[in-house]
Amino acid sequence: MATTDIIIHDEKDNVGVVVIEKITPNQDCNCWIMENDGSVTIKSKNEIFLGHKIAMIDFKEGDTILKYGHDIGKVVKPIKKGEHVHVHNVKTKKW
Amino acid sequence: MEIPKSFLGYKRENGRVGTRNHVVILPVDDISNACAEAVANNIKGTFAIPHAYGRLQFGADLELFFDTMIGTGKNPNVAACVVIGIEPKWTKKIVDAIAKTGKPVEGFSIEGAGDIKTIMKASVKAQEFSQWSSEKQREECPLSDLWISVKCGESDTTSGMAANPAVGNLMDKLEPLGVHLCFGETSELTGAEKVCATRGATPEASKKFMKTWSDYNEFILKEATNDLSESQPTAGNIAGGLTTIEEKAFGNFQKIGSRKFIDVLTPAEEPKKGPGLYFMDTSSAAGECLTLQAAAGFNIHLFPTGQGNIIGNAIEPVVKLTGNPSTAINMKEHIDLDVSKILKREMNMDQAGDELIKTTIRAASGRLTCAEVLGHKEFIMTKLFRSA
Repeated sequence: MATTDIIIHDEKDNVGVVVIEKITPNQDCNCWIMENDGSVTIKSKNEIFLGHKIAMIDFKEGDTILKYGHDIGKVVKPIKKGEHVHVHNVKTKKW
Repeated sequence: MEIPKSFLGYKRENGRVGTRNHVVILPVDDISNACAEAVANNIKGTFAIPHAYGRLQFGADLELFFDTMIGTGKNPNVAACVVIGIEPKWTKKIVDAIAKTGKPVEGFSIEGAGDIKTIMKASVKAQEFSQWSSEKQREECPLSDLWISVKCGESDTTSGMAANPAVGNLMDKLEPLGVHLCFGETSELTGAEKVCATRGATPEASKKFMKTWSDYNEFILKEATNDLSESQPTAGNIAGGLTTIEEKAFGNFQKIGSRKFIDVLTPAEEPKKGPGLYFMDTSSAAGECLTLQAAAGFNIHLFPTGQGNIIGNAIEPVVKLTGNPSTAINMKEHIDLDVSKILKREMNMDQAGDELIKTTIRAASGRLTCAEVLGHKEFIMTKLFRSA
């Protein structure tokens, strides 16, 4: 089994979580989808540390981030596939 | 794994079972802390639970105060209890309610006597309780005598991926055996509240949950001076990769596995609908949440952490687990179970749940938890509003 660099909770999710110490720009990463035991690959654009999220698709402002198959917030700055997703480009829809 | 059928616990007079055999010196109010601590210092095998409140509270806040104090004394992890307050009336109210369990309890009031004479009289009783309780032996008890509360803290994305679903796996396996289970953290379900509401075992339970969540959310929005981004998620959560309250909530929610909750409890309320999963309306601050769950009678606590929360509780042993490999190494002395192999796919959720069941049973049977050996005895009262 190849090393898992990124875990995706649900097949509907459009972000994954880095599960190794860090990934570096232009790294080809192996992603494992927990829900259906599927695999995909993605090339990273940023350095992203353990526990932080990577965009699995291109996002424009106003798009919804899906994790666990659910809405976890809105995109406030465009994000490209492979980029770091966090408080600098995503905000809560709650408070 | 075949789940063990029993653990070793202390059978109490009212039929409940303790995982610990504490003799507690319980101050009724802030100004009785010194006296209670002096008694605990005199008499080995006892400890005091100092706290900041108990004066001039009123209304619902006073009721919650009494529920917390009485529930703490009634908890089966407490073998016997000395209660010390400044005034006789509130002291007696707490003593009488604890006495209904049948356990030894005695109250002392300081007014008119002073600290020194009260310390002397209370110490005589505490010595008697300490020696009496030291003869109690652990006996084999069915797992259904476990009342397990859960709460997560300093969460990060590994919590939702590994430690929280490991707790959920344990719930899925232990609930059918007749265990009482409890989760809380009303505000930290924000974003997942509608999904959580679908987990009510009855329409009444779902409705009660939504009302409880809405009330808490309205209170937060009313008091908030900014967008809460400094408080929820916390700086620790954000460092660990959690971006929004919604993401934190869906991670948090993994702790109940595929269970449904049978009732919604008010803070510190004892469950009365028999075995199964309960939701309790609590703050998401660990100290407050655990104190309320312990006061409701829960006798062992599971605490998943990501970035490394170090909480313990005065009377409930706290078993800590993490899915974060850095935390498991850098804060090793706080972690009872490391499930970070899930991230490397060297451990699956079924195995993690089994390991957690084993760790829980060992702790329930007497193995001291990391929080206990490190001296964590947090006891944090939930205060609803200012005193009169």
